[in-house]
Amino acid sequence: MPKKKLSIRIDGELINAVEGQTILQAAKANGKYIPTLCDLEGLTPVGACRLCIVEVSGTDRLFQACTTPIQDGMSVITTSARLTHDRRISLELLFVERNHVCAVCVSNGRCELQSLASAMGISTVRFAYNYPKLGVDLSHPRFVLDHNRCILCTRCVRVCADLEGAHVWELTSRGIHSRIVSDLNQRWGDSRSCTNCGKCVQACPTGALAEKGYAVEEMVKRTDNISSLVERREVQV
Amino acid sequence: MKRITIDPVTRIEGHAKIIIQLDDSGRVAGTEFHVTQVRGFEKFTEGRPFYEMPGITSRICGICPISHLLASSKACDAIMAVRIPPAAKKLRELAHCAQMVQSHALSFFYLSAPDLLLGMDSEMASRNVLGVIAAHPEMARDGIELRKFGLQIIEGLAQERIHPSWIVPGGVASPLSGAVRDRILCDLPSAKAIADRTLSFFKKALDNYKDEIECFGSAPTMHAGLVDRKGNLQFYDGELRFRSRSGEIVEDAIAAEQYADWIAEASLRDSYLKAPYFKPQGFPEGTYRVGPLARMNVADQCGTPLADAEFVEFHQRFGSPAHSAFLYHYARLIEIVHALEKIELLLADPQILEKQVRATGGVNSLEGVGMIEAPRGTLIHHYKVNEEGGITWANLIVATGHNNLAIGRSVQQVSERYIDGNKLQEGMLNRVSAVVRAYDPCLSCSTHALGEIAMRIQLVDANGQLQDEIATP
Ligand code: SF4
Ligand code: FES
Repeated sequence: MPKKKLSIRIDGELINAVEGQTILQAAKANGKYIPTLCDLEGLTPVGACRLCIVEVSGTDRLFQACTTPIQDGMSVITTSARLTHDRRISLELLFVERNHVCAVCVSNGRCELQSLASAMGISTVRFAYNYPKLGVDLSHPRFVLDHNRCILCTRCVRVCADLEGAHVWELTSRGIHSRIVSDLNQRWGDSRSCTNCGKCVQACPTGALAEKGYAVEEMVKRTDNISSLVERREVQV
Repeated sequence: MKRITIDPVTRIEGHAKIIIQLDDSGRVAGTEFHVTQVRGFEKFTEGRPFYEMPGITSRICGICPISHLLASSKACDAIMAVRIPPAAKKLRELAHCAQMVQSHALSFFYLSAPDLLLGMDSEMASRNVLGVIAAHPEMARDGIELRKFGLQIIEGLAQERIHPSWIVPGGVASPLSGAVRDRILCDLPSAKAIADRTLSFFKKALDNYKDEIECFGSAPTMHAGLVDRKGNLQFYDGELRFRSRSGEIVEDAIAAEQYADWIAEASLRDSYLKAPYFKPQGFPEGTYRVGPLARMNVADQCGTPLADAEFVEFHQRFGSPAHSAFLYHYARLIEIVHALEKIELLLADPQILEKQVRATGGVNSLEGVGMIEAPRGTLIHHYKVNEEGGITWANLIVATGHNNLAIGRSVQQVSERYIDGNKLQEGMLNRVSAVVRAYDPCLSCSTHALGEIAMRIQLVDANGQLQDEIATP
């Protein structure tokens, strides 16, 4: 059954969308940009980073574009002083939460967190750094997990569950103590369920997950195999 | 007893402080040279993957990042237990020579030229790079050109000027293109001409500095540096040689991984920098110097024709070993000549264009040491890792560290000569900082403010009361 067509407004412009789409999907389909960080096409959206917030007429609340389904007649604002302010704060909090030292990172120059920050003109943060003491898991023969650079976007968790079906990654603890863990908190190298496919590494927006042996700036993430899998998933044979 | 403190006014971490202790009659009783430096480095890198170390350590220093990249990558090569491809070795050496040229040019033309060309007692307001440009425009232009030549090679290789991540464990990240090689070769003759001009000028001017040569840290010390099996000067490879104060070889062919058998480190009061010494002689008798002067003293020859001729003349004029710290300037210029000749040799070898430039490997050894000659002297990186390649222990011995004690002694010698009484004079302040500059210590402040080491001397009496004060503006 064909899906019902809805019409919504994004930044005043009338747009044709399809029922069941999220605000982000409708915006993307119509060439409208909304910043995102935890979202990766094809993975179940979770709304972890709060960067995709938008204003919706008729309510004072802000909505996450990646998880909010559209409704007929909805009017969405993607850019405003308030949104910029809140997005900036979200990003700054990500930077202070852990130890992001871009200058020595394998993903320097190719990091989604970094490029969003520079697009928003963030060069300093207004909050005190947290400087947590976090470890690096080097136990996997091919990959490395550096908790210092993790922003808890859970892309790795979702790509492993949604696409690979291995369910290696999970979140543990709460709030500031949250951490991703493999196989119920075993070292990655000891994980029996990891298939060594590397999808989590490619999906990770920062240098938190990387291939071993790469020097500063050398890690190039490739999400093309993820998106081709997502495309194939839709194909009926 | 009065104390004079020379303290740099600087916004950056990592600075030097000089304390001059006067006795009751106003004569110098003692001096101490303190460097505050990156601390807790070992703690900071604990648990990091070893292959990140070149990137991390090269950020320690904005002036000679390539030196740390090289020493660190060599230590990583040792952990991976790989032999890097021949082209990679040559390319690393090429980058190293280019850095040697640019770093020495910076030291000579920007930091020391104001003193050397304009005079130690010249007007302080104009005794800086701008003053040099006004009084000796050709010389200033040469300095800029030479530095640019070195930087452009590095840029051509690494596509980034200051912190190239091109030198990596196992080799280098990308091969050299024929076009870049040809461009360097095209600029080389004019760089060589500049080096030659500057050296001739300096040799003529040397007679004006009899006084400085005599009292600028001329107290004999041991010297250390890398040489190859034939005794040729080495920057990138080679083994460590120690020569005694009188010039005999006391130890030779020390491989990187044996350094700890011969070098021990003493911790100094009030200073984060450790003081290495030659183990068999104990501390502080085993104090030695490194860097351009030490290399001239340690090697039997440079190994390239133009530099060798200069090498012979240098020792004819000032003996072998030559001890005055003022001669660091001279040695630096000879090394520029040598580095340029080396660059020419390296580029003439067709092997340098080979595409195989990187070896790969996991953790094959739990320990690795990398040793090179940085522009300022011998640099050692030593790491220990666990089976997974996480750093468990790291030790760095930097050039300024080796020279720490010798710099202190040189300061004392200069102070004794130029300081007398309770009044501080500007020329004295400058001579004290000039002797520090002769060593070109790797301090953030040494490039601060148009080549002046920003510092303040305070004369404080026994009760801590300020008696007199002068400072660079
Ligand atoms: S490891 Fe990477 S992908 Fe996984 S949660 Fe952290 S930042 Fe996201
Ligand atoms: S992209 Fe929507 S919350 Fe992260």
